[in-house]
Amino acid sequence: MERRSLLVSVFIYAAALLLAVVIVAPVFWLFVMSISPAADLVARPLNWWPSAVDFSRYATLLSSIPNSAGANFVASLVNSVLVAGMATLAAIALAVPAGWAVSRTPSISWSLSLVIATYMLPPVALAVPLYMALAALGLLNSVFGLALVYLTILAPFTTWLMKSGFDGIPREIEQAAMMDGASLLATLRIITLPLAMPIVATSALFAFLLAWDEFFYALLFTSDQRARTLTVAIAELAGGRVSDYGLIATAGVLAALPPVLVGLIMQRALISGLTSGGVKG
Amino acid sequence: MSSTWMTTRAWLLMLPLLIIMTAVIGWPMIDTVRLSFTGAKLVGTGGAFVGFDNYVKMLSSNNFQRALFATTWFAVISVTAEMVIGVLAALLLNQQFYGRAVLRALLILPWALPTVVNATLWRLIYNPEYGALNSALTQIGLLDSYRSWLGEPGTAMTALIVADCWKNFPLVALIALAALQAVPRDITAASLVDGAGPFARFRFVILPYLAGPLMVALVLRTIEAFKVFDIIWVMTRGGPANSTRTLSILVYQEAFSFQRAGSGASLALVVTLIVTVLAVGYGMLVRRTAGSSA
Repeated sequence: MERRSLLVSVFIYAAALLLAVVIVAPVFWLFVMSISPAADLVARPLNWWPSAVDFSRYATLLSSIPNSAGANFVASLVNSVLVAGMATLAAIALAVPAGWAVSRTPSISWSLSLVIATYMLPPVALAVPLYMALAALGLLNSVFGLALVYLTILAPFTTWLMKSGFDGIPREIEQAAMMDGASLLATLRIITLPLAMPIVATSALFAFLLAWDEFFYALLFTSDQRARTLTVAIAELAGGRVSDYGLIATAGVLAALPPVLVGLIMQRALISGLTSGGVKG
Repeated sequence: MSSTWMTTRAWLLMLPLLIIMTAVIGWPMIDTVRLSFTGAKLVGTGGAFVGFDNYVKMLSSNNFQRALFATTWFAVISVTAEMVIGVLAALLLNQQFYGRAVLRALLILPWALPTVVNATLWRLIYNPEYGALNSALTQIGLLDSYRSWLGEPGTAMTALIVADCWKNFPLVALIALAALQAVPRDITAASLVDGAGPFARFRFVILPYLAGPLMVALVLRTIEAFKVFDIIWVMTRGGPANSTRTLSILVYQEAFSFQRAGSGASLALVVTLIVTVLAVGYGMLVRRTAGSSA
């Protein structure tokens, strides 16, 4: 490492402090709002530090008293879990065989490129026919309909992840097993799939979070508690006439918890997944 | 095993994915093209063939031109800012200092936040009556009276861009940081011996390693920015006075608020075409950059 002058060191620490504040301050403020008494949040100037710590909004939102703000929130939470869960399971079921096939048969890899290229399609280009089709099938405002639509996003993404995962498993292992007389299916079940489980798990996690974040299709295709997801519920809270800003902040904190926790815990996997394509060019 | 059988088997394994993709992407795409030549409404039957009427009407409308400008402005400014701030953050994180690992971990935070939560958070910060920005600026004396940051056409777009940058610069920073760590130490050391200043070092030694990965980040971010909907819908719904109405918002309004499926579809296809041209153009650029820097 090169020697640094004192001035450069001071500059580096000042910049690091600035970056830390820029990153943390908005998120921290969201949390502070969620635990501040309502009066603190409508003070001028604001009470930056809560006069009393108040976690009651978390209890309010997670309660299931009928027709309360909590019941609405819990229903949307359940819908988000259901939609993201079903879409993830379906995406993985499609992606594992397809990813393996492309990984082992390079001559058909153009078909995967085609599937991945759909990533650049703006959702608005598909929205109108999807809306009409869901309406015709009676799948508007249904968690099943929304999960099906989410496959447009999740399936290409998971197939691409699975394909790169299978690329890392040497095909010689499979060939050795087959040489010993195992059938293809047995080889895949006994040898390949267990080796691929970490990739399956990572893909499923990312797919789940992708569906958890989705807003546009959920806004279009759901209308009430039966299917409305968390993102739509929060957008409605934020845009509506809620008198307590802390309640909006609390909903935000709760919705952000799963992806933020996963992000912090799985950092390494996330960054290597993110950058492997980028760095290799 | 014969290679024809291998290929057939591979196609069979691909089949479920291809069927679903055809159903949820391929067919809707084709149907959007069909709809764009009709006067179809979102609900009910009908929708006679109208030729290129929808396209002519949409492309010549003032709304489209304003939305195209708003989208381009949003994309260019926010992506440029994200690239600059992201690279600066990566250069900083590539230095040695106490707390570097913690700071790097924190970088995930804005990026992991769901877009809707991010939009909601900034909407609260910009709140005209009780927002944190108003309060903070007044307290340090930079502002005389509270302002409606999202309610004035002059500031709404900038406020949106700041919120978008805050969420997305970490992605650029993470990609740039990984690329920086691939720069061989002896090369930077040699450039020091040769007397290269910090700027020359960045331009001639570090930038070639960064160029490829940064191009990929640029492509991804630009495509995302051109498709932008969520953050704008939650923060301003395209207002005030349509100053933040981007193309995706305009399509939404046309097809779903006004239920004009035909003209909405034609507009959606124009957006698709713009994004595709961008993606293909960038793709060629990426290939050239990757070729020249590798």
